[in-house]
Amino acid sequence: MTQQGVRWTADQVLALAPDTASRKAGSKLGTAGPWSGSGSSDEGAVWGLCKGSGSRPYQTVVDISDASGPAYKCSCPSRKFPCKHALGLLLLWAGGDGAVPRAEAPEWAEQWLTDRRGRAEGKRAADSPASPASPSGSAGPEAARRRAERRAERVTAGAAELEQRLADLLRGGLAAAEQSGYGLWEETAARMVDAQAQGLAARVRELGAIPGTGPGWPVRLLEECALLHLLDQGWLRRERLPEDLAATVRSRVGLPASADGPPVRDRWLVLAQYDTADARLTTRRVWLYGTDSHRTALLLSYGAAGRAPEIALPVGLVLDAELSAYPGAGQVRAALGERFAPPVPTAARPPGTTPARAVARYGEALRDDPWLDSVPVTLDRVIPVPDGDGWQLADADGDTALPVTPAARSRPGLWRLVALSGGAPVTVFGECGHQGFTPLAAWPEGPGEAVPLC
Amino acid sequence: MSRTTAAVDPSLPDAWEDLVTTALLGTDRRTPAGCVPGPEAPVALLDAVAVATVRRRAGLRPARAAERPRPAPEDPRPPLPPAAARRLTLLLSDRPGTSGGGRRGTAPDLMELLPQWLAAANARGFAAPPAALPALLDAARGRTDLRPAALRFAGPRALWLARLNPDWRFALRSTPGGGTSVPGPDDPEGVERLWQEGLFAERVALLTALRSREPAAARDLLATTWATERAEDRLMFLDSLRTGLGPDDEPFLERALADRSRNVRATAAELLSALPGSALAERMAVRAGACVAVDHTRDVPTIVVEAPHECDAGMERDGVVAKAPAGRGERSWWLGQLVEAAPLDSWPRRLGGRTPQEIVALPVADDWQGELHAAWCRAAVRQRNARWSRALLGEPSAPEAGGPGAVSLAERAKLLDTLGAAERAEWVAGFIETHGLSEAFQLLGVCAVPWAAPLGRAVVDALNIARDAGSYPWSFSGVMGLAERCLDPSEASRLDALLAIPDEPENASPGAGGYWSEAFQRLVTTLRLRAAMLEELSPAGA
Repeated sequence: MTQQGVRWTADQVLALAPDTASRKAGSKLGTAGPWSGSGSSDEGAVWGLCKGSGSRPYQTVVDISDASGPAYKCSCPSRKFPCKHALGLLLLWAGGDGAVPRAEAPEWAEQWLTDRRGRAEGKRAADSPASPASPSGSAGPEAARRRAERRAERVTAGAAELEQRLADLLRGGLAAAEQSGYGLWEETAARMVDAQAQGLAARVRELGAIPGTGPGWPVRLLEECALLHLLDQGWLRRERLPEDLAATVRSRVGLPASADGPPVRDRWLVLAQYDTADARLTTRRVWLYGTDSHRTALLLSYGAAGRAPEIALPVGLVLDAELSAYPGAGQVRAALGERFAPPVPTAARPPGTTPARAVARYGEALRDDPWLDSVPVTLDRVIPVPDGDGWQLADADGDTALPVTPAARSRPGLWRLVALSGGAPVTVFGECGHQGFTPLAAWPEGPGEAVPLC
Repeated sequence: MSRTTAAVDPSLPDAWEDLVTTALLGTDRRTPAGCVPGPEAPVALLDAVAVATVRRRAGLRPARAAERPRPAPEDPRPPLPPAAARRLTLLLSDRPGTSGGGRRGTAPDLMELLPQWLAAANARGFAAPPAALPALLDAARGRTDLRPAALRFAGPRALWLARLNPDWRFALRSTPGGGTSVPGPDDPEGVERLWQEGLFAERVALLTALRSREPAAARDLLATTWATERAEDRLMFLDSLRTGLGPDDEPFLERALADRSRNVRATAAELLSALPGSALAERMAVRAGACVAVDHTRDVPTIVVEAPHECDAGMERDGVVAKAPAGRGERSWWLGQLVEAAPLDSWPRRLGGRTPQEIVALPVADDWQGELHAAWCRAAVRQRNARWSRALLGEPSAPEAGGPGAVSLAERAKLLDTLGAAERAEWVAGFIETHGLSEAFQLLGVCAVPWAAPLGRAVVDALNIARDAGSYPWSFSGVMGLAERCLDPSEASRLDALLAIPDEPENASPGAGGYWSEAFQRLVTTLRLRAAMLEELSPAGA
């Protein structure tokens, strides 16, 4: 454990909050007032008693020593996780003003910590390669192969149906598509779900939304239809594709894959963490940059509506851990393996490139995965510049620039970026693609912490 | 990335346009180039579009850089200590409207502490962290009372930012010349150029800044272009002379009395009447003096009032508004304006050498007392006359001080404002000791923060009494909120005894004790938080 003495910043603590209400409630509790008997240990535990509305104060313990992320325990009845008390306690601790002194853990806290660490040890031992292989594949490889074949048949039927649907659309013309409305696409998407092709279903659903996205929608609809057609065709002829491209097609169509790439241990810098949510699911994306391997990787984690996804990695920390890549050409997605130490603050930054090199990199990435919307890129020495209704990131030392994507224009993060720059060059990490550049994190020209923009 | 520069092949855009047109019309109506018409045409079209789409995306070129904004001016102030920067983030993340509302519990109201935090940070001269500027500007946008302090703290970069975002235009309007864009005293040509060529907001800022530095220079600058300014602009410019008003301004203001615009004339008259030695003030003293006299023929000397019978041209020129608002008699309306504009120091001479106290104590005949005293109050506020304010306020413990006497609470608050901070606090403390808290809110609002010790104790004692009386704390939520923000943090330890839940007296409202304990807890928490905030901002504590 290397946690000793390193306290997180308030931003990093608040990034753990499952939703904005908890974030707000937690920040109110991040003051000495309601807390008593609080303390922290060298082993990375923080505890305290929080006065609530009842007569008995809540007992709150947080274990930040665990490399797989902080663990929380609170006697309050809240179903939020972490609850506002745990957030408040961490904020108090992050404040570092002596409100949480080094101390011996009281019995109620020690009990839980010991139990927890005992369990964690046991689990690690069970996961280690020395232990016997898990019996999940007990039905035998033959059964698994048959299942996979049946599924592939269903996807093939779905893809063929979708091809028919696209051909009908083009036969009648896109101009008519505006009237047909959302319902037809929704129905087709439902058929793709039945065909167990989630990836196709998601793309179909997006097609339905395009006619409502303002001027120029026919071109966007046409492009996406064509790429969907390309994906269908890729699936129908997957046997004739190179193995890497076939893997990309399989994952784009929505077949499950496991991250079976070799584990890469590195000091992974957390560049960005942001959530997108629909009615059912919150998807969290975490961008990491390996300071030794120079690889950029994407972690995805999901939470049912209203609950925070499992992985929480505040921007600006560095994590000593193993990552395994998912299969597929040009695949940036990875899974988090073993963590060797809890994340700690760092001054390290990813190396940057120019706008011209950034678009070239996107173009090259399309060779491996033509369905790619963007690639992760760090731009060095760029200046946010207003350009008509929009913004662009202009090369400080040249005359090229990348437009900021329309979606990113309306986010508050853009203004943080502009304020940080003040007309001077900054380093910006983001996603660069055919719609433009989405800034996700920035660093000032001089020394300074990473500023999250999402 | 512009699509027009995207193509590698110059012939491609045309081919692309052709594909798009075909797709829009449908292959039943139009056959794509190089395809056989028939059932396979849509698939062929999709194939061609797929190739073209990937090709277009892969061939993207960066766009041409637009014109770069001028860099933001340097902020020479030192950066915030890290702990204070974190605190600011927390205070700014506590935006109103995001909570569920309802009972406040024991947690402090962070947004309410922002004004104090800003004042402390400004007093210590720290620069705002650039990334916090958008949140700071948004907070100032929502709350006009925050604007001056927030914009001062936000500094030159915030003004630079505000030029780029229409949502923050208010910052350009409401910056009182604090921006470094205003030329300094060593740059007379810059001042002249900005005055001649600047936008209205820039010129107001320039004039305000100059006025606070060199009042005479600002007035002279204004005089150079006075005749050519538009009426609305003249009014705003004239208003900025309020700062540093002095006898030297009289000739200029006298000329403005003949202005074409009625509002400009009224403002000039108002400013002149605040100069007790001005000719206008003298004329008003004569007019007002003719209306008010002491009648010695009665049993007790009594003030008799003979309101003016007409509003002549001379009065109108001196800013008296002839037309009374609906529902007011025009004679009393004129009287009020005359008395308000007459120098207060002329009254003792006029009324038998009496002191202000004695004058205020005299009975007034025929129900004129309300009108007359109200006009004197307005005069005392306008002329910032502490002696008259004291006399009109009376003793804080006097029974009528609490009731709806001749002088309303709002007027009292304004009168208090003309007194020194210590005297103000003492008067309000005396008021609370006698009359309790129910009427004290407005008066507490004008007291200097943190409250002086006697005032703080008076408020805490009164809260304690209110609790013992068995009422609910939310009847006092206004005062409670003020106490959280204004009580001296060093008083926190004296409040510990109040945190316990008391035994419920028989006549108390059910559960009130628990709510009071909660309210006091919030008070103590907030005081501790304020102490921590100030600690974080002191350079030694960084």
